[in-house]
Amino acid sequence: MSVIYLLIMISLVVALCFLGAFLWAIRSGQYEDDYGPSIRILFDDKQKKKDETLQSNKQAN
Amino acid sequence: MKNCYHCGDECSNTQIKSEEKLFCCSGCKTVYELLADHAMSDYYSMEDTPGIRVNGSVDDSKFSHLNDPKIQAKYLQFNDGKTAKISFFIPQIHCSSCIWLLENLQQLHSGVSHSHVLFSKRTLDLTFNPEELSLGQLVALLASIGYEPDLSENTNKRKRSSNKRLLLQIGVAGFAFGNIMLLSFPEYLGIDQSFQEFRAFFATISLVLAIPAFFFSGYDYLKQAYLGIRQRYINMDLPIAIGMVVLLVRSTYEIVSETGTGYLDSLAGLIFFLLLGKWFQRKSYDALSFERDYKSYFPIAVNRESNGKTEVVPIEELNISDQIVLRNQELIPADGILLSDEALIDYSFVTGEADPIFKKKGEVIYAGGRLMGSTIHLTLSQKVDNSYLTQLWNDQAFTESKRGDLNSISNTVSKYFSIAIFIITLITGIYWQLTDPTVTWHAITSVLIVACPCALALSLPFTLGNITRLHGHFGLYLKNADVLEKFALVDTLVFDKTGTITTRTGKNLAYHGETLSLQEINALASAVQHSLHPLSIAIKDHLASVQNEQLTSEFQEELGMGIYAKGEGFEVKLGKAIYLGKVSTQDKDAGSEAHVAINGVYKGYFSLQQEFRPGLQDLLQRLRPNYEMHLLSGDNNHQKSEFKNNFSFESLNFNQSPKDKLEFIKQLQNKGKTVLMLGDGLNDAGALKQSDVGLSIADHLHQFSPACSAILSAQSLDRLDQFLKSSKTGIRIVWASFALSFCYNVVGLYFATTGQLFPITAAILMPLSSISVVFFASFMSRKYARIRKN
Repeated sequence: MSVIYLLIMISLVVALCFLGAFLWAIRSGQYEDDYGPSIRILFDDKQKKKDETLQSNKQAN
Repeated sequence: MKNCYHCGDECSNTQIKSEEKLFCCSGCKTVYELLADHAMSDYYSMEDTPGIRVNGSVDDSKFSHLNDPKIQAKYLQFNDGKTAKISFFIPQIHCSSCIWLLENLQQLHSGVSHSHVLFSKRTLDLTFNPEELSLGQLVALLASIGYEPDLSENTNKRKRSSNKRLLLQIGVAGFAFGNIMLLSFPEYLGIDQSFQEFRAFFATISLVLAIPAFFFSGYDYLKQAYLGIRQRYINMDLPIAIGMVVLLVRSTYEIVSETGTGYLDSLAGLIFFLLLGKWFQRKSYDALSFERDYKSYFPIAVNRESNGKTEVVPIEELNISDQIVLRNQELIPADGILLSDEALIDYSFVTGEADPIFKKKGEVIYAGGRLMGSTIHLTLSQKVDNSYLTQLWNDQAFTESKRGDLNSISNTVSKYFSIAIFIITLITGIYWQLTDPTVTWHAITSVLIVACPCALALSLPFTLGNITRLHGHFGLYLKNADVLEKFALVDTLVFDKTGTITTRTGKNLAYHGETLSLQEINALASAVQHSLHPLSIAIKDHLASVQNEQLTSEFQEELGMGIYAKGEGFEVKLGKAIYLGKVSTQDKDAGSEAHVAINGVYKGYFSLQQEFRPGLQDLLQRLRPNYEMHLLSGDNNHQKSEFKNNFSFESLNFNQSPKDKLEFIKQLQNKGKTVLMLGDGLNDAGALKQSDVGLSIADHLHQFSPACSAILSAQSLDRLDQFLKSSKTGIRIVWASFALSFCYNVVGLYFATTGQLFPITAAILMPLSSISVVFFASFMSRKYARIRKN
């Protein structure tokens, strides 16, 4: 039964990892704007692609 | 009437066109063409008329001060000469099209390399090349498409992380709560012998987990309670903080002395649920302020003079050194220097002083005053500050607290609540100490945890906030949430006639009498330009084609009677028949009349056949069963029969002077009525102020009257019954929420005082009551206080 000491410690470490991930997500600002991304995904990205190709061309040069 | 393709405003003429699309002004057209040139018409495909009205062209030099390196340093977050970063606060951001346009700025100017909108904060983060595009040009570019940043809110020191801290606290508390609960499971399920050896270990880990939850997540409650005690004031956080401290101390004692495992699960759960409630509340408040900021542009417009032409512009479009023209009774929107020879200003809205102040040419005139007498010209020395006008509107001088204020009731309830809880705790403690001391601790902690006034305090702002927001959405702008409470109590409606239930258009204006010479027409036009009375405006529009206004040296307006103007070579008297010393020659269908005498000779009269606002008859019919309704009019009683036949008013009162109107309201109030006055804020300002709810009707061109407690957009007049109904429902919801949270507390306290409540149940029950009350308030107000779209 004393394995439970080890198991509890491991489960806590795993839980702490998730807590860490959550805190990181908050700090990196993922919860700042919950409307923008839902709109942004609908935008036509034609223009962006063009920009990207331009940029990659520049980099190639 | 067509609406502008860009901003959705009504177009007053059909001349401004581009590619078959109609625009309300050249500013909007310019934006459209600019976007079309850059293949950005997608802007219009996402939402209908997403644009923001842009008046005139934007002058680059206006922002040239931003090119000064010192000023730039204040705004820029980063600058190495080739790349610069800045974040702007742009209050105009309101829809997905805004995001799209602002995030595609690089198509409008290649100097912008990256742009990102934070919608909830309405900020725009920009990366640009200052060599290609200076900061001044960048701001001008944004202004030219209608998104002028609010630079006053724009220093790089601006905090943005208000929500982050709360989320971090929730994360830590939730983590502690979940894990402590898992570790407490053996305790919940009953312990067999084999578990005994792990008990201390589990409890110690729980304690380690609870400490960050207590000190980090619960910090705000402890701090607020401490501050409250220092100021000798019992606040809502005190019972919470005491409950928290009691729980931690007791649990630590039990664990250290190995007598038990404590109640750390309750502690973490309590903090977690409280924080969740706080988060929900903050989210709702954010949504409220978002809506409010965006809508807080009052529909006020003034006449601006540029290049010899006058145009009507919304006040927020005014700039420093703009020249504006103000007429009798108009409000001074911003500080300025008087260009006319003299002016008489009534500052009673600002100072409460009734005597008007005399100003001479070149003197500074401060915002907030109201012009008396002839038209003046003003050069603005400051930009219009909307918040100042809002503040003026909210000024104490105009908030009458005649009847009980619900808000303060809620505060008092909370305070007595806290005291009552302390007394109950004390009695419980003494009782158990005498009968069964082992239960004392248990009972006291339970009482302190289970009773919480949060639910009481939450229901009011949530319900009223929701409804105020809803009303704003449909064109009723309440001064503050307190007005809503009075709105619900209204049982008598008083309507003003001219300009309120009738429209102000001069379509049906006719002149009867001697033909006027050109000179006389000019004289008349010069006189009426000073007045804001609907008839004067109608006459002015009528004469518009031939007018050539002349200077007037003297102007007087006797409210409800007429106007008198004197200038070089002419003298005009216009108004009621009595005003001119004549006996009225009424013909039955003439409508409102204005008689004219020029240079002392009677010429004839104008008659205006008034049109009722659309939907009026239906509205009155719907209001009829529930409200007593009266009509007040400054006009003569020739329309009496028409009113009697078509509308069902309790009483029809004609020939009322502004003072009569005020007295009429007073009389009704003396009879114990709660009166709503609906007026245009011109010659009924006194009555609006006297009434319990003064509602001022806002047409396209609006007069701002700080005397009113709400502004109703003219298009929404036919929804008046719905506004009244939804306010009533709102107040009922508040009381229902109070009752609900009271029930929770009674049930909780019963268990707690009898020592039957386990802390885990208490820790769940209490935050649950807060959350359910909040949900109840929001849900009910959304569902039952709704306003139908037509």
